[in-house]
Amino acid sequence: MEEQKANKEGQSEQPHNDTRRDFLKQSSLLTALVLTPPTVFNAAAARLDEKVAEKFEKVPVTLEINRVKQKLSVEPRVTLLDLLREQLNLTGTKKGCDYGQCGACTVHVDGVRVNSCLTFAVMLDGKKITTIEGLAEGDELHPMQQAFIKHDGFQCGYCTPGQIMSAVACVREGHANSEAEIREYMSGNICRCGAYPNIVKAIQEVKNGGQKV
Amino acid sequence: MNTNYIGKGTSRVDGREKVTGQAKYAAEFTAEGMTHAFVVSSRIAKGKIKSIDASAALELEGVLDVFTHKNRPKLAWYDKSYQDEDSPPGSPFRPLYDSEIQFSMQPIALVVAETFELARYGASLVQVEYEEESHTTNLKANREKAYNPKKYKSGEPPKSRGNMEEAFAGAAAKVDQEYFHTSEHHNPMEMHASTVVWEDDGTMTIYDKTQSVKNSQNYIKKIFDLSTKDARVISPFVGGAFGSGLRPQYQLFLAVMAALALERSVKLVLTRQQMFSFGHRPATIQHLQLGASKDGNLLAAKHEAFAETSRFEDYAENVVVWQNTLYKCDNVAFDYKLVGLDVYTPLDMRAPGGVTGMYALESAMDELAVAAGIDPVELRLKNYTEKDQNEDAPFTSKELKECYRQAAEKFGWEKRNPEPRSMRDGHKLVGWGMASAAWEATQQEASAKAQLTADGKLIVSSATADIGTGTYTVMTQLAAETLGLPLEDVTFKLGDSTLPYAPLEGGSWTVSSVGSAVKKVCDAIGERLLKFSRKLPGSPFALAGLEEVKFENGMMKLKSDPSKGFYIKDIMQQRELDVIEEEVTSKPASEQKNYAPYAHAAVFVEVKVDEDFGTITVSRVVSGVAAGRVINTKTSRSQILGGIVWGIGMALEEESFMDNTFGRFMNHNLAEYHVPVNADVHDIEVIFVEEHDEIVNPIGAKGLGEIGIVGVAAAIANAVYHATGKRVRDLPITLDKVM
Repeated sequence: MEEQKANKEGQSEQPHNDTRRDFLKQSSLLTALVLTPPTVFNAAAARLDEKVAEKFEKVPVTLEINRVKQKLSVEPRVTLLDLLREQLNLTGTKKGCDYGQCGACTVHVDGVRVNSCLTFAVMLDGKKITTIEGLAEGDELHPMQQAFIKHDGFQCGYCTPGQIMSAVACVREGHANSEAEIREYMSGNICRCGAYPNIVKAIQEVKNGGQKV
Repeated sequence: MNTNYIGKGTSRVDGREKVTGQAKYAAEFTAEGMTHAFVVSSRIAKGKIKSIDASAALELEGVLDVFTHKNRPKLAWYDKSYQDEDSPPGSPFRPLYDSEIQFSMQPIALVVAETFELARYGASLVQVEYEEESHTTNLKANREKAYNPKKYKSGEPPKSRGNMEEAFAGAAAKVDQEYFHTSEHHNPMEMHASTVVWEDDGTMTIYDKTQSVKNSQNYIKKIFDLSTKDARVISPFVGGAFGSGLRPQYQLFLAVMAALALERSVKLVLTRQQMFSFGHRPATIQHLQLGASKDGNLLAAKHEAFAETSRFEDYAENVVVWQNTLYKCDNVAFDYKLVGLDVYTPLDMRAPGGVTGMYALESAMDELAVAAGIDPVELRLKNYTEKDQNEDAPFTSKELKECYRQAAEKFGWEKRNPEPRSMRDGHKLVGWGMASAAWEATQQEASAKAQLTADGKLIVSSATADIGTGTYTVMTQLAAETLGLPLEDVTFKLGDSTLPYAPLEGGSWTVSSVGSAVKKVCDAIGERLLKFSRKLPGSPFALAGLEEVKFENGMMKLKSDPSKGFYIKDIMQQRELDVIEEEVTSKPASEQKNYAPYAHAAVFVEVKVDEDFGTITVSRVVSGVAAGRVINTKTSRSQILGGIVWGIGMALEEESFMDNTFGRFMNHNLAEYHVPVNADVHDIEVIFVEEHDEIVNPIGAKGLGEIGIVGVAAAIANAVYHATGKRVRDLPITLDKVM
């Protein structure tokens, strides 16, 4: 398995020692601040929050994204969705609401579909993540991708990666046994263009086609 | 090889990019040193900003600046600098212009930082003190303040004819009712976003979510005093819009302002909550009076509407024009008034005016059918008009009768028992309802460019958009068929302000307008090829005119003897041509002015209503659509499907709930603003009725983006009445209203 070091600034693996040294420096500053008058403290507090976050709240995590192991250093407040889109340039996973209400950000974590907007990246140390970019085998599209094209299971295409990731999981879970069941288990993914009937057809074709999903 | 593509079910040419995540939307472009911005929204609906303190945010390391009305750069002065191609009459909203708050969630500050998380956190630290004033956001309570705007955005209400009052008084069957629907928000899946890339030479490349890159470009050029070269706007993919991208939204203004001030690249994505802070379908009250003779002939019709608008612009729709388009009547009266509220200006949302007007009109027609004891389809056929009474003009074509016939037959309408509550499926009441629909099919001026290269590849381009409508695919089909080239040798480019002019991607006019330009420019290339081929040795075209040749399977052939011809590649190579280039502008033919261009549909719906719980399921829909020539059977069907799903949303789910205490839409997220999900959508059948139209535009296609939604809400409401015996005249029909 290929191991890749993130090349963008701030994502490369940081030696844990640095982090610890910074913590010690900052904590003595914290002690000093506790002893200062409240007004001074308030003025400095906000900035300190960020300094703290910047210096030692970056957490090292190892994620296997689309079969590539990546050692990353991320702030705890960064969601998997924002990590993928803003730091790793994997923009196939979409942000449609950022509140787990639309399903556009659906990815697989250890084979299970999750809303990446509701998942902090630091929670996933050691996990395997598959995004829409990792679904096809090279140039060969996944059967679900082919079926979506054939049945026009999308219009604008924005919810599509989430729909497809969800659809693959829906079949793997054994929840694609009837139209009604597919509709129910695909209802966490909103398609504002209203391609639902075509999405159901695409899933049925893959389910009944017997290909490896 | 067969290069006939029109009328086939070609899969989307951009399908592969969309299913692999390679299609890039506005927020998905990046550049070295990209900064991230986050908008601070106003808590109040009306008043002034007393003070705004961004110091806590500015102290954060990595926060670059916080823009407010206090420190914003110098901006254009005149209203016209802020107006765009879709502005209604009035004074457009100016972000960060001054301390005045005109609507809830108005953008009042922009935090720019090195990361998205930091910008978001910084925005939470901005402290704002307001001087609150009392606001007015309730349409129903302020109806008496309605006014007729000095200027109507899309034409004045039609003139009254005959004597409505007298004819109504004497009618045997009557309806006199009011219908209402709340505000609705477009909510495309992709939130509005602009990514401004600050180039080394000080110019900007702007990736914007828009239905017109030219409109976005002109808007920022005027406000920030930029040249065309200073700001190139690009929008290759748009994650839905449905009208929300017809006007430049404030994220474009703010991102460009910040990039200019900081000389840095800036990315700004609105939150889902902020997607409720701008244009929306206006809440509208409609009053309908219909009077008919005993045998169902329409004697009198009155349609008046009261719609919300903002305090600063008079947004108006074509709500009351549809009676004249659909039903013959000599005594008619129309009025359309606005009520100014402390909200953002409403904005065209899929079939603006049409869905609103025809919801009320087609509900009232159903009530009239009941009052007169006539079948709803028969009532419509009885009053069928062959003339558009708005302009007193014949239609370019109208196969609505055939829509009724084919859709009714497919649906099984003849088995309907007209008695409400007469049909059941277990503990569910079954209701069947129908409605008619019409939508404008106009053509606008548009330009296109084409380049044919020596290898036989063709690139055609125009600054239009594909918001999911299938523009890429349909234009590729039109170009490939016109020049007889294989689909894979043709590329259509759009969404770039450097390309030739195209109108806003809206109004269901893209195929007719841009499609006509694409056909024309390909014809121009064909003519050049013909000229070049005349002098080739053994040319069969020496004396041939363009009308005597045809292009197919990569060849130019004589129509009279298709065995004679040249491969296009050979013509290029023998004449040693690297490229042939043409650019054209296509305008509507003057003959069109004498006709009324409309697409039509008849939609039949079955609902099942749980008698105990009041839950409503739309179990079956059949829509018969007559919209001229169908270019792509696959994407066309999807357009109508999508429209019907929107109709289900409008009828049963969608409601931007105004909390008048705060003057804010309170359900501003996708968990509480309900749109149809997969489980809400069942059997939908789309029938395209054959319709030949040589007048409407050179393509003969009427556009399908909007006709699909029109009439659906009325058909569902009528079916709910038929199921339950209860007439709900207030959308959405939620279960509490039928219990």
